[in-house]
Amino acid sequence: MDKTIKISGLHKSFKKLHVLKGIDLTIDKPGIYAVLGPNASGKTTLIKVMLGMVIPQKGNVEILGENIKNNPFYRKNISYLPQIARFPENLKVSELLEMIQDLQKRKGDTDDLIKGLKLEPYLDAKLVSLSGGTKQKVNVVLTFMYDNPIIILDEPTSGLDPISMVYLKKKIQEEKEKGKIILVTTHIMPLVEELADEIIFLLEGVISFRGSASQLKLDQGGESIEIAIANLLTKQHA
Amino acid sequence: MLKIFKYSFFDLIRGKWSLIYFGFFFISSMSLLYISGDVAKVIISLMNIILLLNPLIATIFGVMYFYNSREFSELLLAQPIKRRDIFLGQYLGLSVSLSISFILGLLIPFAIFGIFSTNQVTNAVTLLFVGTILTLIFSAIAFYIALRNENKIKGFGTAIFLWLFFAVIYDGIFLLLLMTFNEYPLEKFALVSMIFNPIDLSRILILLNLDISALMGYTGAVFNQFFGNMLGISISIFVLLIWIVTPIFFFLRSLKKKDF
Repeated sequence: MDKTIKISGLHKSFKKLHVLKGIDLTIDKPGIYAVLGPNASGKTTLIKVMLGMVIPQKGNVEILGENIKNNPFYRKNISYLPQIARFPENLKVSELLEMIQDLQKRKGDTDDLIKGLKLEPYLDAKLVSLSGGTKQKVNVVLTFMYDNPIIILDEPTSGLDPISMVYLKKKIQEEKEKGKIILVTTHIMPLVEELADEIIFLLEGVISFRGSASQLKLDQGGESIEIAIANLLTKQHA
Repeated sequence: MLKIFKYSFFDLIRGKWSLIYFGFFFISSMSLLYISGDVAKVIISLMNIILLLNPLIATIFGVMYFYNSREFSELLLAQPIKRRDIFLGQYLGLSVSLSISFILGLLIPFAIFGIFSTNQVTNAVTLLFVGTILTLIFSAIAFYIALRNENKIKGFGTAIFLWLFFAVIYDGIFLLLLMTFNEYPLEKFALVSMIFNPIDLSRILILLNLDISALMGYTGAVFNQFFGNMLGISISIFVLLIWIVTPIFFFLRSLKKKDF
């Protein structure tokens, strides 16, 4: 199988707001890619285009060799962790897990994840009664239960406690070692430095930097990514 | 689609609102049947409740359900399922669960009072049928409005206004026009105006069935005279079905271009 994500000439605007202004991006090597950028730079939009949730005005997206237009089935190769977790209120956690596996028509590997995230006591609880952090843990289970070649994580650490965060990071590393493409958006720079092999920096709807964290620091100057990014932003506005 | 339907349906039918909705119909039809011995009168009272309440509840629940399940829809959109199947499944889940609460709420008291062995069977069945159709129509309209309005307050406002329009304002305008132009023959106008309001159309359907011309009002009388009974009933059922399909069609058309 063609293990790449290929995006070319991607444009998206919401009414008068031009969010993505011609994105060209090819990812053909496994690894962890951090999609960074200031607020409203188009990170989430880009991810949602890849997932088919946002329909672009122009441009082509190919995932694992399949054009995503009018074709929902390429999504079986993508695991997605959304930013906010909200589920049907009256379902139990175990029922939700079964439902997703039923919809996907294949069994996922949930046991280890449930144990790792200490979710056993909540399996019979209704989703409406869970705290935000516990719901996010359920989301993590849903994301990692399949062995999919592409994983997309949108602000994965929001709402998680330190223990689960450590577990999640370990999980991400493990998946990377299996040779997967992992895309992460986040505002937490230490996480980027710890995990990311490559940084894709979006600014005002175009990719303004792509390369490793050390490359970014070298280019822009500064001892941390935060400072390097701040330098990059001030240069752009100068 | 059937899987999504199954999950939405069971999620909703276990919720407290289904029970409250069922309870309301159960209690009101039980007490009406208990108080009044005349089944025809009970059916007319229930008709007046249903013509107002079913569209209102379907509208409110449709909008609310669409907005509340937004994050869940996003979760489903990331699965390898067609968009159309996700939302048609949710629509069916909502409208079928509402319809079942409604139907059981009437059916059980009807059965207890033995209506199905009297000559009122067809009227009772028509009532159930019309109530279900109205639920299907107005939840489809509510879904369409909620899809088109990102802003919840605006979506709610539009949906409630639409209900108010069909339930109250439409008849008001219609009467006003009849009074203003009472020197002209208005039969055709009355007939055409009927088709554009599903609530009026449902009322005609029940009344044509009950065959009580005194309660039919001007439009009903015209309708009855113009079409004769059987044809009138078939045409109103046909138009009601169009009223279900049309909002669903527009909903699916907008859904293709929708960004989540």
